[in-house]
Amino acid sequence: MTVNNDLHAVLAQPAGLTDDDVRIIQQDFPALHQEIHGRRLVYLDSGATSQKPRWVLEAEREFYETCNAAVHRGAHELAVRATDAFEDARTTVAAFVRAAPEELVWTANATAGINLIAQALGNASIWAERGRGGQEIRQLALKPGDEIVVTELEHHANLIPWQELAFRTGAVLRFIPVDAAGSLRLEEAERLIGPQTKVVAFAHTSNVLGSVAPVHELVQLARRVGALVVLDACQSAPHMPLGLPSLDVDFAVFSGHKMLGPTGIGVLYGRRGLLDALPPVHTGGSMITTVTMERAEYLAAPQRFEAGTQPVGQAVGLAAAVQYLDGIGMDRIHASVTVLGQRLAEGITAIRGVKLLGPPAGEPRIGLAAFDVEGVHAHDVGQYLDSLGVAVRVGHHCAQPLHRRLGLSASTRASAYLYNTTDDIDEFLAALSGVRPYFGVGK
Amino acid sequence: MSLEALYQEIILDHSRARNGSGLPPQDTIDATGESHQLNPVCGDEITVRVTVQSKAVQSLRWQGSGCAISMASASMLHELATTLSARDLQARVDAFRQMLRSRGTTQGDPELLGDAASLEGVSRYPARVKCAMLAWVAAEGALEQITPAMDTGNGAAAPDAGGENEAMTRLIAPTKG
Ligand SMILES: Cc1ncc(COP(=O)(O)O)c(C=O)c1O
Repeated sequence: MTVNNDLHAVLAQPAGLTDDDVRIIQQDFPALHQEIHGRRLVYLDSGATSQKPRWVLEAEREFYETCNAAVHRGAHELAVRATDAFEDARTTVAAFVRAAPEELVWTANATAGINLIAQALGNASIWAERGRGGQEIRQLALKPGDEIVVTELEHHANLIPWQELAFRTGAVLRFIPVDAAGSLRLEEAERLIGPQTKVVAFAHTSNVLGSVAPVHELVQLARRVGALVVLDACQSAPHMPLGLPSLDVDFAVFSGHKMLGPTGIGVLYGRRGLLDALPPVHTGGSMITTVTMERAEYLAAPQRFEAGTQPVGQAVGLAAAVQYLDGIGMDRIHASVTVLGQRLAEGITAIRGVKLLGPPAGEPRIGLAAFDVEGVHAHDVGQYLDSLGVAVRVGHHCAQPLHRRLGLSASTRASAYLYNTTDDIDEFLAALSGVRPYFGVGK
Repeated sequence: MSLEALYQEIILDHSRARNGSGLPPQDTIDATGESHQLNPVCGDEITVRVTVQSKAVQSLRWQGSGCAISMASASMLHELATTLSARDLQARVDAFRQMLRSRGTTQGDPELLGDAASLEGVSRYPARVKCAMLAWVAAEGALEQITPAMDTGNGAAAPDAGGENEAMTRLIAPTKG
């Protein structure tokens, strides 16, 4: 694989990424070296999906060129290599979040991970009703009157699966409201989370507001009543060092494509032992021990949840991605992206007629900022920025209830990553200040 | 293609003017059709109300929120519709759709589309076609309600905003029955 020699020089330096460091990192990302509408591409949509370094592209290519075969079956050499690559990838990605390999289930993405847990819990409810499984299953089962608690700021991926689980089991879905600034109202959480609560699911960091959830407090509230905790780490895993076991959550999910990895691969983390207690969701090949015409015995996790041929090349790609991230250092990436997030927040706040969503500048936020341009629809904002080579996300960002709460139907979001310089942010801010004049509002 | 070709002055003017917006309460609902359309991608919404008398469009008014393209397009549609027969309005909707789907190969005909011909630049931005189409799909839905039997010249063709999600749009936001 290609080694970016300059990168070694960057890594030899103490913490933090300077713009010069970032320019060296950028060399690894072919997609960033393009002109868009005749302008240098300023990619500020990593919150939606990140660009990929050559290191990842080549790891996947190398896998296909030298190891490709079906995993966990077959006795030939390629099958052995493929199985090793697949399970090594699991070990690598598990270590990235301080988990054990058997606590890590491959999924297609974060959405698939949350659906998997919700459906497994739904299956537990059916098993319990039909007298299948023991005490463990009965504990996991939801019944009418039980409650599932989410928050008002969730991505639809961490809302709709719970709506459906509530529907299937007769449980009630409740939500922790946010205040006008978008902060979770913890006193409401305290009121809501009670003995009837079976699941508490929330985003570690908001994909719209950039705010970080009070994980410790929410976990304690859930533990007090014996509820399961599900963490949507989709926007935190790419940006900060993450030790899932020490956060003491039961389940967590994230997507590879947002953290330099390929599409089609994501992770479901489940606390040791808990995954083995859950009924499977997808059934079929690769997840069984004994099968008769009448019934089947299921393997323990993670295979229990990995029916059928798995995204092996993508898993290898994701492992390469976390190696790349670890190579630079998650502390360093976190520090750098936090600086960019603050620069975004400050710059946006300083532009007349543009309202920053989420924590005010100076308060904790990750490297993204969504905002409302008074008098100009987000779609038009995005189109204007695109004409200047700046890529941002527009719309409701899969968080309609949050936007409704904030009195908006859509917003614009700029999200930075390790390959963005402060110049990128400044170029974006300069472009943003041209939006209202262009559309003739606020004159 | 430059941004100016997309956001022509006439489009920005219409987006601010919003001609025909506002739905006053009505007493008679005879010969009136109303359709609500939603763009699930960005949350843009529009309700279009069409009143037809003796096969002629008496009024087309709308209420909605959205981007400059969708608002301008609704404003232009309002101006265009009021002089037409129901059958002609359907024909204009078809012509407008064809222009927007042409990926820049069909020029807008001001004779046929009035100010809406200026939206031809949208056809080069596939992501924005639905914005421009939203009000027109709603108008189509409204017409269908008034004149299921009346020949609008559209046969059985289903309304369609020019993208894959329209079937979904219509499911999410069925026309008012
Ligand atoms: C907070 C959050 N949760 C869940 C998701 C869903 O991720 P994916 O579409 O990769 O499944 C996203 C991605 O947009 C997200 O930002």
